[in-house]
Formats: sequence, C-alpha cells, structure tokens
Amino acid sequence: MRTRFFPILIGFFGIVMFARLFSLQILSDEYGDLSLKNSVLKQNVYPERGYVYDRNGKLLVSSQPMYDLMVVPKDLMSFDTLDLCKMLRLTKQEFNDKLAKAKRYSLRAPSVLLGQISKQDYATLQEKMWKFPGMYIQRKSVRAYHTDVASNILGYISEVNYFDMETNPYYQQGELIGRQGIEKTYEKILRGKKGVSYLQRDKFNRIIGSYKDGQLDTLPIPAQDITLSIDIDLQEYGTKLLANKRGGILAIEPSSGEILMSVSTPTYAPNLLVGRDRSANFRILKQDTLNRFLFDRSLQGQYPPGSPFKVLNALVALEEEVIQPNATFTCYSGHFYARNQFMACKCTSGSINNLNRGIYNSCNTYFSNVYRRIIDKDNNASDGINTWHSHLSSFGLGNFLGYDHPVGQSGYVPNANFYNLWYPNQRWRGATTVSNAIGQGEILMTPIQLANVVAAIANRGFFYTPHFVKGIQGDFIAAEYRTKRFTSISKEHFDPVIEGMANVVKKGTARIASVRGIEVCGKTGTIENFTKINGVRTQLTDHSIFVAFAPKENPKIALAVIVENGYWGGRWAAPIASLIIEKYLTGNVERSWLEKRMMEGSLAEEYAKVTSNKPFSINE
Amino acid sequence: MNKLARFDWFTLLLYLVMVGVGLINIYSSVYNAEDNSIALSFMQKQLISFGLGVVLIFFIQFFDTRFFERYASIIYLVSIGSLLGLWLFGTEVSGAQSWYNIGSFSLQPSEFSKVAVALALAKHLGDFNTQIERTKDYIGAFVIMGIPAILTLLQPDPGTALVLLGFFLVLHIEGLPSFFFTMLISLFVLFISTLWIGMYWVMVAIVLLAILYVALQSKRKRKKIVFLALLATILFSGFTYSVSYIFEHVFEQRHRDRFNILLGKEVDTQGVGYNINQSQIAIGSGRFSGKGFLEGTQTKGGFVPEQQTDYIFTTIGEEWGFIGSSFVLVLFLILILRIVRVAYKQKTTFARVFCLGFACILFIHVAINLGMVVGLVPTIGIPLPLMSYGGSSLLAFSIFLGIYLRIAYQRMD
Repeated sequence: MRTRFFPILIGFFGIVMFARLFSLQILSDEYGDLSLKNSVLKQNVYPERGYVYDRNGKLLVSSQPMYDLMVVPKDLMSFDTLDLCKMLRLTKQEFNDKLAKAKRYSLRAPSVLLGQISKQDYATLQEKMWKFPGMYIQRKSVRAYHTDVASNILGYISEVNYFDMETNPYYQQGELIGRQGIEKTYEKILRGKKGVSYLQRDKFNRIIGSYKDGQLDTLPIPAQDITLSIDIDLQEYGTKLLANKRGGILAIEPSSGEILMSVSTPTYAPNLLVGRDRSANFRILKQDTLNRFLFDRSLQGQYPPGSPFKVLNALVALEEEVIQPNATFTCYSGHFYARNQFMACKCTSGSINNLNRGIYNSCNTYFSNVYRRIIDKDNNASDGINTWHSHLSSFGLGNFLGYDHPVGQSGYVPNANFYNLWYPNQRWRGATTVSNAIGQGEILMTPIQLANVVAAIANRGFFYTPHFVKGIQGDFIAAEYRTKRFTSISKEHFDPVIEGMANVVKKGTARIASVRGIEVCGKTGTIENFTKINGVRTQLTDHSIFVAFAPKENPKIALAVIVENGYWGGRWAAPIASLIIEKYLTGNVERSWLEKRMMEGSLAEEYAKVTSNKPFSINE
Repeated sequence: MNKLARFDWFTLLLYLVMVGVGLINIYSSVYNAEDNSIALSFMQKQLISFGLGVVLIFFIQFFDTRFFERYASIIYLVSIGSLLGLWLFGTEVSGAQSWYNIGSFSLQPSEFSKVAVALALAKHLGDFNTQIERTKDYIGAFVIMGIPAILTLLQPDPGTALVLLGFFLVLHIEGLPSFFFTMLISLFVLFISTLWIGMYWVMVAIVLLAILYVALQSKRKRKKIVFLALLATILFSGFTYSVSYIFEHVFEQRHRDRFNILLGKEVDTQGVGYNINQSQIAIGSGRFSGKGFLEGTQTKGGFVPEQQTDYIFTTIGEEWGFIGSSFVLVLFLILILRIVRVAYKQKTTFARVFCLGFACILFIHVAINLGMVVGLVPTIGIPLPLMSYGGSSLLAFSIFLGIYLRIAYQRMD
C-alpha cells in the first residue's frame, strides 16, 4: 500500500491552487480593470450648455435637442422599410444607400443612419421605434440662435478634434467645444463640468441598472449663463445699415468699456451653422475669399485710420507742448513739407487755421506741421517718434487691447527702429514720415482700436478694456474689465480737441451727422487704399470712415464706422454713425430718408471693379 | 461510548457548510434584480435536491456496512443497466444523451455510477482471493472501472468518463504494480510534449534517450538492453505518432482548441477562449476581499457561461475574493484529507477502498474543476462537488457521504 502517495498529491494540488489564486487575485492588476471594461459602462453626464443673453436680457443663444437615428446593422431584424422611409421622408433608394454605408462602416458598432432629426420628426418616430429592432435614437444637444445677426460675436461650437483632446485632457471624442467667438472665450463657463455615472451591463451589452447604486458617480457642475454687453437691437440696426456694403461698426459705452455692438458685413445668420446642412454652409462661408464672411472687420480689419488719427496727433502735440490750441498755420490748399514735396489739402488757399478749425476742416497742412513739431521736437527724430509712439500706445494702439474675443489684430504704430531700418544713419526727420500726420503712412488700426480711442477721448483721458460680457450668472466679470486705464495725455488737453470734434458735426466735414437735441462729437476720414490686381499695385476708391461719441457731456456711446471703398467719410460712415447714435440715445430715428438711403445703398458695383478684369476709375 | 458521539459529526458539518456556500453562490449567479423568479425556481430545485440528499444520508445510517458489501455487485449492475438504458430512454441535452427525464426533474445516471463503481471496486479488492499485484485481479479492477467509463464516453460525456478513470488512483494506492503509474506518467509527458513541440522533435528525443540509455549500461547483457531500448523506442514513437494522429484527425476542432489555448498556442478571448478568459477575469477581479454578495459585476452581467454549474467557483472568486476562494479550497482539502485519514483507519479492505474511492472522486472533481476555472486544465465540463447547481451531482455525493458516514461510524464498533 502506498499510504503517503495520496496525501502528498492533495498537498501538492493545494499549494498549486493557492499559488494560482494568489497570482490571479492578489498579484495581477490586469483583471481588476478588465472586469470594469467588460461589465461596467462609464457614461458621461453633460450639463446643458449655458445660455447667452444681450444687455437688455433678450435671449440670444439657447440649446435645443436634436436626434440622431442610430443603427447597429448586426441587430437589425426584418421591419417595414416603407413605413420608416415615409416617416423620415426618404426614398427607399436613399435609405438603402445609407444603410449600406452603415454596414460598410461596421456591423457591430452603432453608426448614424440619419443625423439631426428635428423635434417634430422625433415625436412621430419615437412612438414607432419598437418596430425597428437594431435602431435607436440618440439625443444630442445643439445650439439654437434667436437672432439672425451677431454671428461674428457669438461664434459657434463644434466637435472636438484631435488637437483639442491632446491639449486638454478634459475633452473626449464626440464632445463639443466652443470654437469661435464668445463660445470659445467663455467655454469653461458655458460648458460647466461633466459628471460621470457608472452603469452595470450584461454580456449582451445591455444596461441592467446603475453600478453600486451610483456610489462612484460624480454629479455634473451646471453651466452658467452669460449676459453680453451687446445691445442686440442696435447690432441688428447696424447690420441693416451696412447692408450691401463691406465694413465694420464698433460701439463702446465709454463709462464702462462695454461693447454695445460689433458689426461686420457681409455677415451670415448663426443658425446656418446648426443642423443637417452645417458643413455645406460652412464650406461656402469659408471659401468666399471676396466677401470673407468669417473675417470680422470690426475686430480683425486693419486699416490706415485716416483723418480721425489727426485728433490723436493733436493730443500728443498738446501734451508735448509743441503747440498751443490757439497757434495757427496757414494753408495754401496744401503745402510743401520738403523740397518739391507737396501735400494737398481741401482748405481754400490762404486759410489760417487754429486747432479748432484744423480739426473741423480736417486741414492736412495744419496737422502736417503739428506732426513735424512732435517728431522734430529736440531735433532728434528717433526720440521724437518714440515719444509719439509711447503716447499712442497708452491708447492701446499697436496692441491687441485684451478684450474677451478670440479674434483680433494688433494694428501697427511705427517707432524709431522701424524707420532706422528703412533710412539708416538717422537720415530721416518728421517730414520723411509726414504721412503719419494724417493717418495714412505706416499706421494701421482696427475699428475696435478706433472706437476705444474715441471712448478714451470721451472720458477725457482714460478707458476700460473693451469687453463683450456684461455679467456672468452669479459672478463678477474679470477685474481687468473693471479697472480704468489712463492714457498719457493730461485731462485738460482733451477739451480743445473735443471742441473741434463737436464743430466737425456742427459746421465741419460731417454736418450730416448732426442729431437733433444731441451734441455729437466726431471726425471724418477718407482713407486712400491700394490693392494688387494681377500683381499691379492699384489704388481703389477711398474707404469712408467716421468716429464719434455722444453726447458731448456724459457720453453714452463712442463708435467707429468704416465702409470699405465708400469714398469720403461724410458719404456713408458719418450718416450711419449718426443714425446709430440717434437710435441708441433716443430710441427712434427721425431721419427716415437718411436711414432708407443708407440701408438701400449698395457698393456692389464698386466691389465688382476689382474682379472685372477691366480698367476702372475710382472716387467717382 | 455514547452512540451519537461516535458519529462523524465533523464531516457532516463540512458537508452542510459546503452545500450552504454552494446555495449562496448559486443564488448570486442566477440573481436578476428585475425579475428574480428564475433565480427563485433555481433555488427551489436545488433546495429540494439538498433536502432529498439529507434524507438519504439519514436513511443510509440504518443499513449495516455489510449490506453494501453484499449488494455491491447488484448495485453495480443496476448502474450499468441505467447507463445502457440511456440509449433507449435518455434525453439529449446539449449534445450528450446523459439524462433521464422524470417529470420536471432529470437524473444523470453517470453521477450515481461513481458510487456504484466505488462499491464494486471495494468489493472486488476486499475479496479474500483478490491480490491487486496479480494480473488477473488488476485486470478485473480495470474492467470494473472501464465499462461505465466507456459507456459515459459514448454518451458522449468525456468529463465523467475521465472522473471514473480516477479510480486508478485508488488502485495505485492499494498497490498496483508501479509499471502502470510509470507508464501513465510517461505517456502523459509524451502526450503534452507531442502537442507542445510536435511529433518529430519528440521522436528525435526518444531515440536520443534510448541511445544514451544503452551507452550508459554496462557491456554485459548488451543484447537484452538493446532489445529493450528498441522496444521502448518503437512503443513510445508509436504512441507519439498516434497522439499526433488522433489530435489532428480524430479530435474535433473544439477539443484541439481547448488544448491549444491551455498550451498558450492560441489566444482567442471572444471565441473558444471566452470561457477561460471570462472566468479568470471574474476570479481575478475579486482581489483580496471580493466585491461582496450580489455585487460581482461579471456575475451580474452573466459574462461567465454556466456560472451556476461548472463555473460556480468564479462567483465565489469574484464576490468573496481571495479570502472566500481560499476558504472554499481549504474546505475541500480538509474534507478529502479527513476521508483519507478515516480510510486508513479502516479494518476491512472493503471499507478502506470505498473511502479512498470517495476521496479520489472528490479530489479528481475538485482538481479538474478548479484547475479549469483558473486556467490550469483544459475545459472539461464537470461540476464542483456539493457546490455546483445540479441535483444528480448533489444527490450522488450525498449518497457517497451517507455510506462513508455509516462506514466511519461502524469502524468504532
């Protein structure tokens, strides 16, 4: 008898089993996670995206449900194809094509059979879903816009791409992200924070309840609503006034820095980027390189500022004490600023202009002299222009300003280094760069910079960083938007300049911009501009520009209007600005004839010249 | 000595605890939060079998051990008859004609045949004229084991057939010539290595070993040694060849797959490897202390097939963790060792061989079943004794235990 054989065998087995259990259950990490993958479904719970209101509490953006009809081809059983097609308004052929596509993609994984089904179709479809095994409806939340304008401000949302997921681990495949505009800047606020719920599923992938009664779940943090500083009625009015013209309007409330409107035309209705045709529409908008729908002229358009820049030169000159307000220069319909170099002016020959007349008559001669005095103050053009540059920088020129919108341009203000590159060995003086005196030259500004300068003038020396958001539900807006930024110009120098700007409207170049009962201060401009046609530098019709604020005391609105190729400032920009001021301050517009002329006026012919491939004349 | 104190209460307690553990985990395996009526009907059936088992154990205590010795042959013949009867009256369930349907219950006679074989072997070896070392007698023992094994293999139920061959262990303990055990181990090694490294390499190895053997022997009797080596080489090569042939041509793909997966040649967690993979995930995910009763995610999701029957240990592993599965393992080890200890104490060969038979059957079941769920043994469908869902298995083991208890009691007379 082999008595010891069996106990040894049993002992051996016991040791092997213990070792195996120990390695499976204690040592190996692999199986703990696998079990979760297998049987526990981690599902994200998304808070509804925050709403957006205008400054008067009008709802601009909300969320709406959209429904995707999903199909898992493997699970399909025979069903009434015709019934389904009828409900979805598809032909049988279309349906079969879509189904074949889904099958090609995967037999097991769900794919979208028909995307973005409206609420109405969903209602009828949902009742009959039991008839269609292998299909189900997936709810999605998309944006709903309650306005046809302001797409440039609001921006849009879209699915995250690879780059978003790489840079921010919060996002996962298929989630939405603010892609442009306010949606982008305030993404975190509008998005809230997703929560997680764990669900138990069985071997058929069916959900059979929550996992551990939801002990591990995290609740989503709700999104916050945002109130914009935009006045949507004004935005809409401005968009109408700029109809059929390319241009931009930007208006700021000087006492707070709140942006009242930011119009860029041509524009598009924000709802174009929602729903079934989203990508097709986006392609059209993106590919139009002439109208440039996705280019925000009020924030990104860099133009030479033209004559409105003269008031800045006046302020710098007063601060640098190179002129007194009553100092005069005589204009001979222009002047020689260097040998054989003549700068023309619209003044009648022999006009004697002081600061006030210089501004309201927009005298080139006057400001040319002023500019040269600034630059050549200490007989050192470099120091002069750097001083000038630093004064301008204090107004936010050559700088992105720091507003809460993702797009923008810095504009440009040259300094000594710039000209030293062009004219080495200090071989340049004020006269060399005299174009800067009248805002042509090398200077570039965006409408928001122009409007901000006007706001600073209206405030007599300070401004708030312009911003689009007035309030965040239950939160203050960022401190930087509530802090005064002072310019380097002393307060007392603003009054003579403002006096001149008031006269621009009273008796100067923009009498058409006067509004009954309101003292409007403004400055017109006519900007020479050039383009390249087939490689040849060609001058186009001037841009029409106007900057203004009103009323003169306790100003409520400061704005800049630019109409591309609109010729002189008083032709388009000034009337449009005055209508906006009238509308904003009085609530209605008396001059309906002017309103009609602006809204119906079109510059389509002007714009067609560039692409006509024929010789054309300008400024007619 | 008090009559009741002589009874093996400890083993009975082990039995009750183990069936209890089984019931708890069967409930968890079939539990369904939404509609628990199915789970309850499973429980009902198992509880009836349990009750019946306890009643049988109780009744068996009224028979004398000699009764079983006397009627062992008849019980054996009845058992063979019931296996043969399956050809005529049996019901086919998942490919094997192994069941009798009686009303809403079904009986699996092969489960009971284990008891019958144990009794018959015990009687055979217990005969005064039997000496296991003798060719005639061990062949007789092989026949007793072989007939029901062949019958169950034909159903086909290879798992139970394999278990019946487990009585070979008893014969070995009882003193079967060591040639058989050596042969068995050699053939097992040959079998595994043939599947693992292929027929030709194994044959080369056999020839090399034979040459080495001859070279190391002294030069006397060289003829005989060469002859022996040649014979062994031919026999082993023949075996290797037939293993290879059977594996490639007689086995079905599913059998081949089971071996290949175990040998690590194939990894297919969705197809044939699904069971092994899922049961290991379930056990592994239980970690140290388990997920808790009714909290097993694998169990709830029904990822492990046949979880309440052959794979009941996965529920234990997942919901009770390393602690729970070790506890169950220890219970089995204690039970088997206890039976072996009692066996060696017996005065009669009949009692000793029966007890050893019971221990061997338990051991083979536990070793194969647990080995299978943790991925050490190929998928062979046999239940975990006393714990798996299934009336026939529970009843058969209850009868086994009843007779064992009676024998253990009688020992003290």
